[in-house]
Amino acid sequence: MNFLTEFYQSLISTAGDMAPIVVIIFGFQFFVIRRRMPNLHHVLIGFFYVLLGLSLFLMGLEQAIFPLGEQMATQLSDPEFIAGDKDISQLVWQDYYWVYLFAALIGFSTTIAEPSLLAVALKAEDVSGGTVSANGLRVAVALGVAVGIALGTLRIVIGTPLYYFIISGYVVVMIQTYFAPKFITALAYDSGGVTTSTVTVPLVAALGLGLASSVPGRSVLLDGFGLIAFASLFPIIAVMGYVQLSEFLAKRDEKGMEN
Amino acid sequence: MNESLQGFIKTLLGSLRDLTPIVLVIGFFQLAVIQQPIDNIAEIGAGLFLVVLGLTFFIYGLEMGLFPVGEGMADALAKKGSLPWLTIFAFLLGFGTTVAEPALILVASKAAEIAAAGGVIENSAEAISSYADNLRYTVAFSVGFAIMVGVFRILKGWPIQYLMIGGYLGVVVMTIFAPKEIIGLAYDAGGVTTSTVTVPLVTALGVGLASTIRGRNPMTDGFGLIAFASLTPMIFVMGYGMLI
Repeated sequence: MNFLTEFYQSLISTAGDMAPIVVIIFGFQFFVIRRRMPNLHHVLIGFFYVLLGLSLFLMGLEQAIFPLGEQMATQLSDPEFIAGDKDISQLVWQDYYWVYLFAALIGFSTTIAEPSLLAVALKAEDVSGGTVSANGLRVAVALGVAVGIALGTLRIVIGTPLYYFIISGYVVVMIQTYFAPKFITALAYDSGGVTTSTVTVPLVAALGLGLASSVPGRSVLLDGFGLIAFASLFPIIAVMGYVQLSEFLAKRDEKGMEN
Repeated sequence: MNESLQGFIKTLLGSLRDLTPIVLVIGFFQLAVIQQPIDNIAEIGAGLFLVVLGLTFFIYGLEMGLFPVGEGMADALAKKGSLPWLTIFAFLLGFGTTVAEPALILVASKAAEIAAAGGVIENSAEAISSYADNLRYTVAFSVGFAIMVGVFRILKGWPIQYLMIGGYLGVVVMTIFAPKEIIGLAYDAGGVTTSTVTVPLVTALGVGLASTIRGRNPMTDGFGLIAFASLTPMIFVMGYGMLI
């Protein structure tokens, strides 16, 4: 019974999120395009699957992953846990190593499970005719998120202003854009935007806010936010870097063959 | 029937594989670092099963519903040849899907609390909720605007980096002038606006447009809508923080 009520609630809230999209699409279809949608039957089943899938997905996350993950984020950033036998006031940034490791691993693993990224990766593999592999792209993005979030937690511990990192990140992105092959640019930019949605945000937000409230001298308001920004910047660098590296290796092999 | 069952099992196994890293990470930290036993393990197992099943259905629905619809709309609107309708559709898709986004509602109400605590606005329930609503509309407007400009870019075939560099410069300039309290939040607002249903639709729209219009390449021109849509909220939120 409990299961059914929870499922029903999850279904209703997902339906609420999807409602504006459905209204816009079918409104346009009937009033502007004025043609029957091809495969209407098929499409409706597809939408129903999306609704069902997302509801189950969110419900499962709330039941299995979020409580544990959030609790863990809070425990790992607890000064008493970090200090161990040391005096809390003597903590230096190196003492937070578990936090950085957790940040990197949770960033990587949640990104691999992120449905929006999966959607973009499938589309990219399809459009590129297999040149960009869906799994390769996802791993590159996940590595970017891992580095990004680990750096983001380091920033909270050290206390450097957020925009130093973000603006230098932008500079790196612009330089890479200049040198990277043109076909990857748009996709790389997109992969920055899709990394952080359903799975990543709640866990990462809990980690950022927990850390900012426990590190001495940090304010939750000024320092607690900003991890998401790291998680959307570093995948861009990682994806372009991945393509640049594979191109570089291919060229080097070619040269090796010639000699 | 047998074939579709095989397909389902294959997708299910894929979802299972996608979820393994999270389980390993959480399990490792719980047992090796925090060293606490996990209680209610049955409930967690059931939850994980739901996540795998949900992801599998989502992927099915993606290929059957969201992708074809996004591409079909792009195709139909491009063939109709009406720029105003295409523009309106792009704007509405961005605005409509963002305004109801749960993550955004959460971020907006957090921002309102911060503003009230910082004395930027009056510390009353009414002022807080109107601040949060206005912020939410600002972000939704900025996403609609971004998708609209992005669609226009695909039509014109401008390289994506011009828009992005322009956007980055906008973010940098706004960062200099915006109140310090809003910066972290504004940077985060960019990441949370694009939901799981919007992303596949918008991606399919872009790719569909770029494949319909002659002279555009779906790979170089089709992507990039999401990227721009996660950049403009940063600028608009900082702008909002400056105005209030």
